[in-house]
Amino acid sequence: MALLIDSLLLRRGERTIIAGLTARAEPGEALLLTGPNGAGKTTLLRAIAGLLQPAAGSICLEPRPAGSQAADDAPRLAELCHLVGHLNAVRPALSVAENASFWAAYLGGPASGVLPALERFRLAELAAIEAAYLSAGQKRRLGLTRLLLAPRPVWLLDEPAVSLDAASRDLLADIANHHLAAGGILVAATHQPLGFAPARELRLGVRPVAADGAEAGP
Amino acid sequence: MTGFAALLAHDLRLAVREGGALGTALGFYLVVVTMLPLSLGPDLNLLARIASGILWVALLLAALLSLPRVLETDHDDGSLEVIAMAPLPLELAIAAKSLAHWLSTGVPLTLMAPLLGLMLNLELAAYPPLVATMLCGTPAISFIGVIGAALTLRSRRGGLLVALLVLPLYIPTLIFGISAMEAAALGTGGFTASFMILGAISLASLVLAPLATAAAIRLQLS
Repeated sequence: MALLIDSLLLRRGERTIIAGLTARAEPGEALLLTGPNGAGKTTLLRAIAGLLQPAAGSICLEPRPAGSQAADDAPRLAELCHLVGHLNAVRPALSVAENASFWAAYLGGPASGVLPALERFRLAELAAIEAAYLSAGQKRRLGLTRLLLAPRPVWLLDEPAVSLDAASRDLLADIANHHLAAGGILVAATHQPLGFAPARELRLGVRPVAADGAEAGP
Repeated sequence: MTGFAALLAHDLRLAVREGGALGTALGFYLVVVTMLPLSLGPDLNLLARIASGILWVALLLAALLSLPRVLETDHDDGSLEVIAMAPLPLELAIAAKSLAHWLSTGVPLTLMAPLLGLMLNLELAAYPPLVATMLCGTPAISFIGVIGAALTLRSRRGGLLVALLVLPLYIPTLIFGISAMEAAALGTGGFTASFMILGAISLASLVLAPLATAAAIRLQLS
């Protein structure tokens, strides 16, 4: 199963962010989106996650996910993705374990998987603490824990290493490589080396601020 | 349906843990209803006549106060995106959140109304229909109100805008709530008809409002 992006055109209002992008994310190989600020890395990830409708072109999994004959029955691409963006989706009034348990239940993961996931991200000893008392890096790790709470074939990571210390970055690389080794798809927007391997880089360029983006990509 | 139940339980737990919203709504209801007899003077007949109207309008305003919080925090911390991507359809997720708002705000406000009725010299016969019509009408207030909360997600300090958008939509609920109550209290008949229309408004908003809210949220997220 590979993620296929075909002549994609993304617009924000009148502004064209990405035009004529064709790319493939193969299973077991991380696709790293790089490029200057404003190149459209986050926009592309949000489009893959189904939060932004493409103005033209398509994003799909090939071959179609199993479980149905009719195209209508197939799960939406968004349901097969984890998106961890700039925001962690962590509620400060709830404890670390309560935050994780809610996402596990809501996303359809097993309740028995919560503690192992917290242990994997070295948050187990903080499980009973209110998330309001976590540091930025710890909150980030709690946000990333979602990746392990419910199985999803596609991981979309937006600057995942922000505010992580060196040990946590290694931990994230280890977990991501584990996902890749199991045949998962991973697309990450990043400005720094993440240590994901194997990886392929897709460089996005800044488009001129024109009202109409007629010509193709970078 | 585990996702629906999980989200409902999550929102109810947050309503208790984060506090604030319910306390503010109940306090506001108390203050508004208390101020009216003070400003109108101790004319018991006048108060009894306008009591049901005051109790209903003040309840609408108190419920409005707590509406922006239903979606705002989820939007600000990124939870709403994750909720929108989950296997549970966004419409059902919104229904769960609206239901949680009704249970954590609409029901407590309804239970407080009879106490405030004492201050307004509400007739004894009017208490049972007061509670009945409010229990029947407050779901519409929560479900319709969340549409307004979704539409104003990205405008900072959208609270007043929510009021402008949503209050006109509350007019049918208000009219039939009060007419059912008065019919029961004065024994003029017509209670059943008004009460059933009130129920119909609530049921229709239960089904239709989440569709509108989900569409508004998809627009706000993109």
